[in-house]
Amino acid sequence: MSQERGQKLARQDFISNQDVRWCPGCGDYSILAQTQKSLPDLGIPRENFVFISGIGCSSRFPYYMNTYGFHTIHGRAPTLASGVKLARPDLSVWVVTGDGDSLSIGGNHFIHVLRRNIDLNIVLFNNRIYGLTKGQYSPTSELGKVTKSTPFGSLDTPFNPPAVALGAQATFVARSIDRYPSHLQKMLGRAHGHKGASFLEVYQNCLIFNDGAFRLLTEKETKGDHVLELENGKPMIFGKEKNKGIRLNGFKPEVVTLDGDYSTDDLLIHNETDKNIADVLTNFTYDSEFPTPIGVLFVAKMSTYEDRLDEQIKTAKEQLGEGNLEALIRGADTWEVE
Amino acid sequence: MSDNTKPIKNVVIRFAGDSGDGMQLMGDRFTATTAMVGNDLGTFPDYPAEIRAPAGSLAGVSAFQIQFSSQDIFTPGDRVDVLVVMNPAALKMHIQDLRPGGTLIANKSNFQKKNLKLAGYETDPLTDDSLNDFMVLDVEITELVTKALEDMKLPLKTVERTKNMFALGLTFWMYGRPMEPTIKWLNMKFKKRPELVEANVRALKAGNHFGDISEVFSSSYTVAPAPLAKGTYRNITGNYALGLGLLTASEKSGLPLFFGGYPITPASEILNQLSLYRNFGIRTFQAEDEIASIGASIGAAFAGSLAVTASSGPGIALKSEAMGLAVITELPLVIINIQRAGPSTGLPTKTEQADLFQALFGRNSESPIPVISAISPSDCYYTAYEACRVALKYMTPIIVLSDAYLASGSEPWLLPNLSDLEKIEVKFTESNGETFKPYLRDEMTLARPWAIPGTPGLEHRIGGLEKEDGSGNVSYDPENHQKMIELREAKVAGITREIDPTELYGEPIGDLLILGWGSTYGSIRTAVKRLQDEGKSVSHAHVRWVNPLPADLGEIVLKYQKILVPELNRGQFLKLIRAEYLVDAKGMNVVRGKPIRSYRIEEVANEMLESGR
Ligand code: SF4
Repeated sequence: MSQERGQKLARQDFISNQDVRWCPGCGDYSILAQTQKSLPDLGIPRENFVFISGIGCSSRFPYYMNTYGFHTIHGRAPTLASGVKLARPDLSVWVVTGDGDSLSIGGNHFIHVLRRNIDLNIVLFNNRIYGLTKGQYSPTSELGKVTKSTPFGSLDTPFNPPAVALGAQATFVARSIDRYPSHLQKMLGRAHGHKGASFLEVYQNCLIFNDGAFRLLTEKETKGDHVLELENGKPMIFGKEKNKGIRLNGFKPEVVTLDGDYSTDDLLIHNETDKNIADVLTNFTYDSEFPTPIGVLFVAKMSTYEDRLDEQIKTAKEQLGEGNLEALIRGADTWEVE
Repeated sequence: MSDNTKPIKNVVIRFAGDSGDGMQLMGDRFTATTAMVGNDLGTFPDYPAEIRAPAGSLAGVSAFQIQFSSQDIFTPGDRVDVLVVMNPAALKMHIQDLRPGGTLIANKSNFQKKNLKLAGYETDPLTDDSLNDFMVLDVEITELVTKALEDMKLPLKTVERTKNMFALGLTFWMYGRPMEPTIKWLNMKFKKRPELVEANVRALKAGNHFGDISEVFSSSYTVAPAPLAKGTYRNITGNYALGLGLLTASEKSGLPLFFGGYPITPASEILNQLSLYRNFGIRTFQAEDEIASIGASIGAAFAGSLAVTASSGPGIALKSEAMGLAVITELPLVIINIQRAGPSTGLPTKTEQADLFQALFGRNSESPIPVISAISPSDCYYTAYEACRVALKYMTPIIVLSDAYLASGSEPWLLPNLSDLEKIEVKFTESNGETFKPYLRDEMTLARPWAIPGTPGLEHRIGGLEKEDGSGNVSYDPENHQKMIELREAKVAGITREIDPTELYGEPIGDLLILGWGSTYGSIRTAVKRLQDEGKSVSHAHVRWVNPLPADLGEIVLKYQKILVPELNRGQFLKLIRAEYLVDAKGMNVVRGKPIRSYRIEEVANEMLESGR
């Protein structure tokens, strides 16, 4: 179906004619829906969106989006996305990936694409399990995790994706949760709005192989005490009763109760551009003492790889003149045979 | 120059020394001068894998060979007429290639105890009669240049570095080559260091003068210009020609060139070269690994670029999964393999043709990719161009096979007339208002449409899962899978219509056909020429396209009593020919990390001709 030019797009315009084949109740459905709802607001013609994925449950995503899409190879989506973006910087290029896809087999590409700061939006569906291969532990599964391939418990410490991203010098790091639709939409918008490589981790429930991995963060009774929703410039308050906060004791963060001893004035104020704060926040992830932060953890302004490349091309043309093929082929040392 | 000069047709010189001795530079200068005096020539550098092995060691020997001639020649030659060695290690490594009666020029100054020991000599070969088969000229090069530069008060190191210029000057004298081009070149190279210009020019002249006054040479030689076709020439190496071919294809197709690469010997030069061409708008991308470099290239192809990636054997192995993706998504992508000796890291700077099966079959499942091979350094230009043209026309990945020998070997190249090259027409699909079917095919070529992101109304998804014929939707249907596998195969097989009829050198019927592919062209042609001159019934056929094979090859192989297939592997093309045409072809399989020697081909051919059926 071709859309009328200039007419505002709607969610419907982004739904492809393919049947969605995730398990009923999978967290992926929500992420798909929030994406389809968010894109019309970005003001970009539909044909300029490209969704690129690797392999895994999440990576079926492009088939369900009525945009340009490429379902590639396990772990390699960032490489293809880089090629698309470098060839056509005018396109809005999205990478859809999972914890195994991007942090195990694709770990190398993941860190390098962030380091280069190519203007891509990378959405990592983190369900802490291999779903498509039916339930092996992943690089984000917690230590000791019992799965099909680790019947006696996993032996390796998990990766914390935002920490990896920060370590790789990402210029935008954010987190959201499949069950937080409006938050997720907001984060998708922020990721898109950032010029440079944006990394958005989305906690996603795999109800077949790792059901309830994020229960504390999504159930009504517990989520208040376990989720810290970050807002730039605001003190870090959380708790069911909004009576807890994060305070820095020297360099050490601690959870305090706002009960007279401490007030909001004592709390740490979120500053998205402060990498030290981002470091503090990412360390909460596997620490049961702290709530899980969601929102924009870190953002930095930096020129993109493709802009630098364009700049080099421009400068070279100015300094050397537009390339002349015949002259190049001739070279410096020619001779004539009569 | 001595007034006693003798004309000769053909000379092979090899310069060998420590990697710090400037042998490659010396070779380049000799080549440039030789090209200018109008000889046909072929060159081949032979570097050690180590960047700087200890001075004087066998591992550190670097060499450069040139053959030049008043006739048409096809290789850098195999039997060396003049060997120039700068130290005992170089002598040890290369003396076995000097023909009996050949001339050995040795820098005697470097044959001291320490260096002799490093090379494993118990006694000094220059004095112990072990070199009696050769005409030995030992020259105290170090002393002579020191004397020539005495009054300049230069550091010892700088003086030592001019040894190669002395040797160059001497060889220039031997073959009556002018020194002016080198002097001009030195002036350019050391523009800001006049003392280095002076030192090198003095050393060059000292060497030249030494030839004149030393009584050792009874005569110098002249090699007359070769009767090459009229036109403008330059000297070119295979890798450089590949780069120019890609650039030409980009210009002729109007597509921006995207090159994804990762450093690997001997393919890196292409990445380096193309990275220079920013003012041509070329987008080179040095990725984090081989996989990323092909991944990015596939992405760029999807987005409408002329996409190219290059590597060598082990790197190609890493790319093979992504090559499968390019096959199933039917995107145009040029994959260049500069083959080197393996397996594994093998001999990274040495040549081999043993990745043929990897190119043909080195992927999971039925994954047909056309394969074209370059046959000479300058042919790399046309091969690259042809590969781009076919990839775009048929919407397919394509493999270009070159090798370490072609990559750094050089020869004179008659500059192409760009307007004579076959056109490359590219049309991106546009919406006609109907539902877009990304796997509808062109009736003749079976190519699918190229619909690039950013085109309104053609939004579609592709990927590694099997496609439904036409719609391109994911399909698990068994009949469809069979059909798609056959379609992909038929598309590649159809490329035969792009292949010119096979050129036969010699009679179309005869006793022996020598059949080759890729870089063995020159050696085979040289051998066949000599065999024919002896009146033998021998012909030469050479293929560039290995997949698909030329349509007429099946007929050709039936017209000869015997078939010989020389190649730098253990018989890969041979097996293909035997399987394809059910003929009793024989192999000649050399894996020494060096080009095949034409006189060895002659010997094997003669044995085959002599033995009865
Ligand atoms: S296996 Fe898990 S992640 Fe995969 S589709 Fe089913 S619920 Fe979703």
